[in-house]
Amino acid sequence: MTQILVFSEQDSVAFELLSKARELGAASVAVMGASVGAKASDYFAFGGQKVFVGEDARLADFHADMYADALAQIADASGAQTVLIGSTKRGKELAGRVAQRLNCGAVTDAIGLELAAGKPPLQAQRYALGGNTVATDVITSARQVIAVMPRTFEASRTGGTGETVRIELKLREPRVKIVERKQKAAAVANIESALTLVVVGRGFSKQQDLALANELAKALQAEVGCTRTIAADLHWLGEERMVGISGKKCKPRLMLSIGVSGQIQHTVGILGSKVIVAINKDKAAPIFKIADYGIVGDLYQVVPKLIERIGKR
Amino acid sequence: MDIIVCLKQVVDLQQIRIKRETREPVLEGAPFVFGQFEKNALEEAVRLKEKHGGKIIALALGNAKLKDLILEALAMGADEAVILTDAAFAGGGSASTAQILAAAIRRIGKFDLILMGEGSADNYSGQAIGRVAELLDVPQITYVRELAVEGNRIRATRDLEDALEVVEAELPAVVSATSELNTPRLPPLTAILKASKKPIATWTPADLGLNTNQFGANAAQVKTLSNLAPEQERKQVLFEGDAASAVDELVKALGKEGVL
Repeated sequence: MTQILVFSEQDSVAFELLSKARELGAASVAVMGASVGAKASDYFAFGGQKVFVGEDARLADFHADMYADALAQIADASGAQTVLIGSTKRGKELAGRVAQRLNCGAVTDAIGLELAAGKPPLQAQRYALGGNTVATDVITSARQVIAVMPRTFEASRTGGTGETVRIELKLREPRVKIVERKQKAAAVANIESALTLVVVGRGFSKQQDLALANELAKALQAEVGCTRTIAADLHWLGEERMVGISGKKCKPRLMLSIGVSGQIQHTVGILGSKVIVAINKDKAAPIFKIADYGIVGDLYQVVPKLIERIGKR
Repeated sequence: MDIIVCLKQVVDLQQIRIKRETREPVLEGAPFVFGQFEKNALEEAVRLKEKHGGKIIALALGNAKLKDLILEALAMGADEAVILTDAAFAGGGSASTAQILAAAIRRIGKFDLILMGEGSADNYSGQAIGRVAELLDVPQITYVRELAVEGNRIRATRDLEDALEVVEAELPAVVSATSELNTPRLPPLTAILKASKKPIATWTPADLGLNTNQFGANAAQVKTLSNLAPEQERKQVLFEGDAASAVDELVKALGKEGVL
């Protein structure tokens, strides 16, 4: 049976990965930090047979090189063939480094994981060519590192107990120092679970005009999402609303894409939608290629009409 | 300060067509470009050089077409370029890429800073940075949106999901750029003309002193079983004409779909 070692710096993601890992093989989990306390036992409930604890004051902050060093030592001690990591930003930068340390192949941002005909090696799905395609990969090295996108699998409790194994880590001093951490505002928007989503792009010419999108969203009881430009470059909306390959992947029943040109790095985040509607003044915009319904027109004329029309229903 | 900027030649993703019958991507005929994040990395190198002096080497991996594309990096401000275009370099994935880049960086010798994009434009797997940093045994500072150098120290603001993290480290280090770091310049015509006079070295596997099992298809640790466009059966119904009637038709259609 395949030995699978799970790690994520986010507990909720570690629980998701454990819940999947126990279907695929014998699941264990690596827990690291300056002091992990009683946390270890939480993992047994999600199917971890063993919890490997690596405690060291030098792991107080997350530095990829330190955590890769520690995780590689735990992977060696655990005898795991497969290391599953949560593909958060921290997890993703860890994946490459730990894979290099273990001298093995890695896949990051996996969106699916399965054993073909119930036999190893694991097959991992991921977006490729900037989201144009979905690739199915197998890792052919003796060990494998796979970083899986958060919320790919559902966390489910199974009860049960397990064994806690303490690993004595040999670590060097961190070479990077965190001098300040500015917490971002808590993500209030939950665009990933929205049933209806209004997504805004650069077709809106100024921030105040997003009021139109908000009004439409209100009429539809929808959440508002946006492209990377709107959030990261212009800061018109928070990054928790960003949809795309570097943002969130959304699966609403109805997606209304307004003033979005439809670059593949963005549209990869909306492909799971049941019905896609695009409003754009440029008939040649790529967004219309992946839309079920499109209105070619000026959003400043179309959206007010749409709000009015929906209000009448 | 000596800066190496790593660049990957990729096909222009906006130009990829998908074969309708088989869902296979068609890459033939698509032009080659550098990824956006890599242009941010290069732009930052140029800004650091403007402030602190030094030299920028563009280190790029690609095919024979890279000879032309690299001029763009030189025009943006790289002083010289090393291009790795040998067919034997291809087909190995991230592990191979990292071995090739690390070997080329060792051959370049002295460096203070290595800049990359947060992920390549095509696969966005983000592995190269960690793998190269591991091979060179230097710290990595990823997802950087602000960068400053003072003496031998670097100070960077990292953009993570939950926080902005300000970190410091001693050089040398490997840093990855986000698109928020800067706006890459569009080089003027004079810079483009001058670019072709800058030195471009083409290094082969023999120049890098790697074993044949460390790079290229021999070193591939990930096998892609299939790579197809997701099944997309979109109706692509367009309503044109005046806004009011287009909206009417749209609302009618959405009602039929049962999504309103």
